[in-house]
Amino acid sequence: MSLLSLSNVSVRYGRLTAVRNVSFSMAEGEILFITGPNGAGKSSLLRAIAGVTPPAGGRIDFEGHDITGQSPEDIARLGISMVPEGRDVFGGLTIEENLMVGTGMHAHERGWKARAATELEAVYATFPILKERRHTQAGLLSGGQQQMLVIGRALMTHPRLVAIDEPSLGLAPNITDQVYERLIALQVERKLTLLIVEQSSTRAMMAGGRMMLMRGGEILLDGDARALGQSEAMQAAYFGYGEH
Amino acid sequence: MGSLLQIVFDALALGSLYALAALGIALIFGVMRLVNFAHGDVIAFSVFALLWPSVDAVAIVFAGNLPWFLLIPFALAIGAGLSVLSEIVVFRRFRRANPATMMIASFALGFVIRYFLLMLFSSRPKSISLLPALSQPVEIFGARIPLLQLITIVVTIAVLFGLIAFLRRTRFGLEMRAAAENFTMARMLGVRANRVIMGAFALSGALAAAIALILGSQTGTANIMMGANVMLMAFIATVIGGMGSLAGAVLAGFLLGAVATVMQVILPPDARAFRDAFVYGAVILVLIFRPQGLLSARGTKERV
Ligand SMILES: Nc1ncnc2c1ncn2[C@@H]1O[C@H](COP(=O)(O)OP(=O)(O)OP(=O)(O)O)[C@@H](O)[C@H]1O
Ligand SMILES: [Mg+2]
Repeated sequence: MSLLSLSNVSVRYGRLTAVRNVSFSMAEGEILFITGPNGAGKSSLLRAIAGVTPPAGGRIDFEGHDITGQSPEDIARLGISMVPEGRDVFGGLTIEENLMVGTGMHAHERGWKARAATELEAVYATFPILKERRHTQAGLLSGGQQQMLVIGRALMTHPRLVAIDEPSLGLAPNITDQVYERLIALQVERKLTLLIVEQSSTRAMMAGGRMMLMRGGEILLDGDARALGQSEAMQAAYFGYGEH
Repeated sequence: MGSLLQIVFDALALGSLYALAALGIALIFGVMRLVNFAHGDVIAFSVFALLWPSVDAVAIVFAGNLPWFLLIPFALAIGAGLSVLSEIVVFRRFRRANPATMMIASFALGFVIRYFLLMLFSSRPKSISLLPALSQPVEIFGARIPLLQLITIVVTIAVLFGLIAFLRRTRFGLEMRAAAENFTMARMLGVRANRVIMGAFALSGALAAAIALILGSQTGTANIMMGANVMLMAFIATVIGGMGSLAGAVLAGFLLGAVATVMQVILPPDARAFRDAFVYGAVILVLIFRPQGLLSARGTKERV
């Protein structure tokens, strides 16, 4: 059974259709990269899954339940953690407070405090700089540090699926490597499912897994990341050759 | 010495009222980007809820006769209840509307509350005696300070510290601060929008009721317009303080109280009637030099 499945999902902003009848599904523990040029509709698709921009049409299922049109908080509580484009840190909160915001969704479970503490240490182990500056206001962090913080914050909620919009944006290559290492370790340990948007296919080819190419609101290609990344079809589709 | 101290206490007491009201407005603005102009009418409502409906000049007290330890929670619950109700019935429907639309909705709601009171109580001010023990003066360093003034100041300071502790130390406070900065992001982390917004309205309404108790005891009258002046000053305080900044709202509230009190003293007697004009003049000056407010709020991103 698939963990996440979309059928004929569309996203519209007024008259503009940003995502057009997109269908795909993901198995638990899968890594799926979505690449594509600017304006392809990648972020819009992620926001639709997270419930921030409810789809104009189609249906989204998570663990076999219809989540179309549910509120972002309900979707988050079901286990979909979203890291949106553009580093939405809570600038006035300290780093540690930022990390703790999302743990409240488990506050009704027994032993959640201990689990949150373990989770916190794991995030700090991946990004020691965050631990060093745990009591600093998040707004004072550099762009790359903020990116680490939002990724760490998403992991703090102990999600089933993490959707990340351009994790490598603004990060130094070695830090990006660390981020991917951590994500892939979680995928292995915990069967965490990863849906990652990246502008280019290079990361996908390095990490391996599945890759989809989006353009003009539609999915043009879907296949093995390494195989697709080297294909002519990928180049053609990305840049839109052969459409005229 | 005595009279100087008297001025200081006057300023602090007036500033306390403005600060409490500004806090009530800033709390809601923080999570919803709504300037709630019905706040003043919630203040008036909280006083009238202590009376039986009648059009007589002397109020027929109902809950107002309760001992203070019941009266105060009762009034706070009324304020919080009305405020939460206005969220559920009115503002919830405007969450995705633009701020101007929401502001107009709040004006309309204010009028509804005011005319409801008018219908039950008429527009004639009523004399009431709330917490009469508080009007006795106490002597401090030769100044005779009304006990109520002292209590107002102490209560305000206690409320401020309580609120800080609540926002910093509790999970709900953390969620509220996160939501005030970036509501959508907070929701994506599982923070429940309705709970946070209703919490802000409840706090704001309870603050309105606290002001109502203070004003009612101070003036000894209940008047359907009694919240209007405080509301206006509080709104100005939130603008000067930097919309959405709680600390700024409190600071500006005390500042306005101080300016108004000092003007009252230094203006020549003939000009005193126009005190508020001078206060507003000072406000305009502040805004010319610091249009973003004294302490500008960080999170001005999207609402819900
Ligand atoms: N909030 C919005 N309101 C109106 N139009 C929008 C909005 N967000 C995105 N769009 C439009 O939808 C289309 C898809 O945008 P989207 O952000 O999903 O693309 P993207 O693939 O994430 O691009 P990028 O790689 O540049 O981040 C674009 O044409 C964009 O202009
Ligand atoms: Mg994007």
